[in-house]
This record gives sequence, C-alpha cells and structure tokens, in this order.
Amino acid sequence: MPAAETKTRVANWLEERLGLAAVRELMAHKTVPVHSSSLWYYFGGITLFLFGIQVATGMLLMLYYRATTTEAYESVQFIMTRVEFGWLIRSIHSWAANLMIFTAFVHMFSVVFLHSYRRPREMTWWSGIVLLGLAMAFGFSGYLLPWNKVSYFATKVGADVASSIPWMGQALGRFLRGGEDVAGATLTRFFAFHVVILPATTIFLLLFHLVLVQKHGMSTPPWIGVNGARQMPFFPNFFLRELMAWYGALALLGVLAALVPWELGEKADPFAPAPAGIRPEWYFLAEFYTLKLIPNHVLGIEGELMGIFGFALLALWWVLLPLWAVNRNGMIRVRLVTGIGVLLMAYLITFSLLGYFL
Amino acid sequence: MNWLLGGGFTGSVLSFLYPVLRFVNPPAVPEASVNEVNAGKVAELKPNSAKMVKFGARPALLIRVNETEWRAFSAICTHLNCTVQFHEAKHQIWCACHNGLYDLNGQVVSGPPPKPLEEFAVHIRGEEIVIARRA
Repeated sequence: MPAAETKTRVANWLEERLGLAAVRELMAHKTVPVHSSSLWYYFGGITLFLFGIQVATGMLLMLYYRATTTEAYESVQFIMTRVEFGWLIRSIHSWAANLMIFTAFVHMFSVVFLHSYRRPREMTWWSGIVLLGLAMAFGFSGYLLPWNKVSYFATKVGADVASSIPWMGQALGRFLRGGEDVAGATLTRFFAFHVVILPATTIFLLLFHLVLVQKHGMSTPPWIGVNGARQMPFFPNFFLRELMAWYGALALLGVLAALVPWELGEKADPFAPAPAGIRPEWYFLAEFYTLKLIPNHVLGIEGELMGIFGFALLALWWVLLPLWAVNRNGMIRVRLVTGIGVLLMAYLITFSLLGYFL
Repeated sequence: MNWLLGGGFTGSVLSFLYPVLRFVNPPAVPEASVNEVNAGKVAELKPNSAKMVKFGARPALLIRVNETEWRAFSAICTHLNCTVQFHEAKHQIWCACHNGLYDLNGQVVSGPPPKPLEEFAVHIRGEEIVIARRA
C-alpha cells in the first residue's frame, strides 16, 4: 500500500474516533492581537511550562524522597549526592518553582496594566488569582519537605500566622500542622498537600482558566480596542514564538541549576534556636518584613493580628479588582488601576528587598 | 419533586463531606504533662551563657546570668512561635525570626512579641540544675 494512502487511512481512522477536524478548525481561526504590549502575552504560557517542569521533576524526586522526620533530610541528601543527576533534578525543581511564581506575578501585573480583567473576563481573573494562591501554597508546602532548619522555622511561623486568625485560627493551625506542633504529622500532611491535593486542584482550575482564555480570546488593551490591533494566527505563528520563550526559560533554568545549585542547609532540630538571618522564600518577604515592623500592639490590638487583618483586607480588595475598576458608566478607571498596580508592585519590591537585606 | 431531589442530593453530598472534614481534623493526642526536668550540671554552663533544654515536647532556655543567678524560660517566642536564643553580647533574649528582644526577666524590650516569655523556676540541688513550671 502506498505511503500516502496509508497516511490517509490512519488520518481517517483517527478522525472518525477523535473528531480532530474540529480542533484543526479551532486552531486555524484562533488569533492573537499584535501591538506594542504583545510581549506580556507570553508569560501565562511560560508559567504553564514551568508548572509542567515542576510536575515532571516532582515525579522523579518522589522515586527517592521519604516523608518522615528521620529520613526526609537524608533522602534529599541522598538524591543530591548519590543519585545520578539528582542534584540537577532537585535544583531544577526548586528553581522552576521560584521562576514559576515570579512569572505568575509578572502575568498577574501584566493583566492589571493591560486591564485584561475587565468584562467579560472577571472569572478568568478570579481563577488566575486562586492559581497564584495555589502556586504559593505549593511553595509553602514544598519548602518544608527537605526538613531543614530554615524550612522548619518558616513552617512554624506560617502555621502560627494561620492560628492567629480569629475564630477559626486554632482549628486551621491544627489542620495545617496535624497537631499542636510542627512535627512528623506536619511533614506527612505537607507531602500529601504538595503531591496530591494541590496538583489535583491546580489541574482542575488550570483547565477552567485555559478554557476561559480560549473562550474569550486574548484581551486587547482599552486604548487600542478590539478592532485597532492587527491579528497574528495563534498556530503556528504565536505558538512557535511561545515555544522559543519556553526554550529561553529552560536555558535559564539549566544555567541556574548548574551554576547555583539549590542548597540543602542543616537538618531541622526542634530544640535548636531559630538561626540568625532566617527569612522565608522571597515571595513571602514583603509580608515577613511588614510583620517585623508592626509594633506589638496597635490601638490595643496585637500587632500580629492587625497585620494579618491588613493583609486579608488587601488581598480581598485585590481579588475584587474587576468590580471596583469600573465606574458607574461602565468605563474602566485606567489611571486609578494603573496607579494602584504601580503602588502595590513598589510595595512588594521595596519590602521584599528590605526583608532580604535587613 | 425538585425540592425532594435537590434536598436528597444536598443531604447525600453533606453526608460524604462530614466524615471527610472530621477525618482531616487531627485527633488530640494527650501529652505527658511535664512540670519539672533535669537541666544538667552547674559546671556545664559558664556565667553569661545559656543552653537549650528539652521541657517535655518543647524547648526551654536555661541562662546562667552570673555565678549565682540562673533564669529559665519557655524558648517559644510569643510572637509567631519561633525558638528564641540568648544573645551574649546584648545580655538579652533574642528571636531571630522577627527580631523580638526580651530582657533577662522575659519581659519584651522591643520588636513584635506581644507577651513576656513564660518563666520557669530554677532549683540548684547540689550540682544538679532542675527547672520547673511555676505554680
């Protein structure tokens, strides 16, 4: 049978069973607006790519990792020193996690500055914000898994912040720790959160987010308008450019993992004092430094409680952005939102730097 | 009919969720109540130095202030649960997590801790040091 005929028969066989013509049709008509800010469209895809790297390297690490207080540190040490390319897989996992949160933040702020959260994309914004929260939960739960000193105290502080929430805090703290203190039960829980509960929730929400992006298409900034921008076919033009961005991210990951391998630190000791210079991962530094600055009592209320209340209000206000960004006439408050976005970004960058260096 | 079907469905969902919610809530494991521990020998600590001692499941900080004066506190910072340490140069108790400082009576000097450290009594019995929860 000639090759061309075989190919046609295979294609027909697949078409009958999978209905690929509909997918081809969709790909042929999907376009991406081209304008001066099109560069920011790539960051959602880069975040997705880094999530894929996380899943792949995480599955590999699970082949050796043991989630008990007596074995966790030693198993990570074993991965890094005895397993072939173990240092590389673990470093890529850790670096990709940090880069993923960074690109997720870039993606979020690009959505703010291009005002892509506006009608009818409110649900896309909300699902994206929950995904960012899940990414940070991945970071928080994964941070404890090597069971080193820094991660142990970071988890103690994080769980205690949760315990300080009025009414439900104690129950939430116990739920996170699996008991009264950060111990073996916490490690087991965090491992379960990190490798089962969070990935399952993330994949479900990610599909929802992607379906919405597909349904509404790429947003065009209000100052350009839907008809003002030239369109680029998604496939292959945008897709190939996105692929180049993924290669760039992969190259950066390789360089970071090879030149700055992720350190393991010292094994956690629940009876040792918190080491000097202790600080959380960079994406919690702004909150960490703010908590450091708040006096022990503000207006008769414990400073810590005041800080948590402030962060909760700020987060809620940010989540509700699509609602307050529109004035009574249904017009976007472009300057207000951009100004607030710049202020929030300035706060996060400044306080993170202060938290890192002071 | 809709009410009946809707109510039945909601009821069945709640009956699945309730055991799950109860399951993820960790059961209270009773801890052996510790009121007194042996903290080592007098000769082990020089004046103006300190050491960590296991007080049940939690750390305690034993400080030898000078030849005759001893202090002991729960080493759990009252701010966010970190473990404090003795700062020899400052002659104070310091929490590295959020820079909380306490004096040698456990009182807050500066930083975010909202309450003093819990103080334990120190008893010297011959060469042995015993720290005990205050009544």
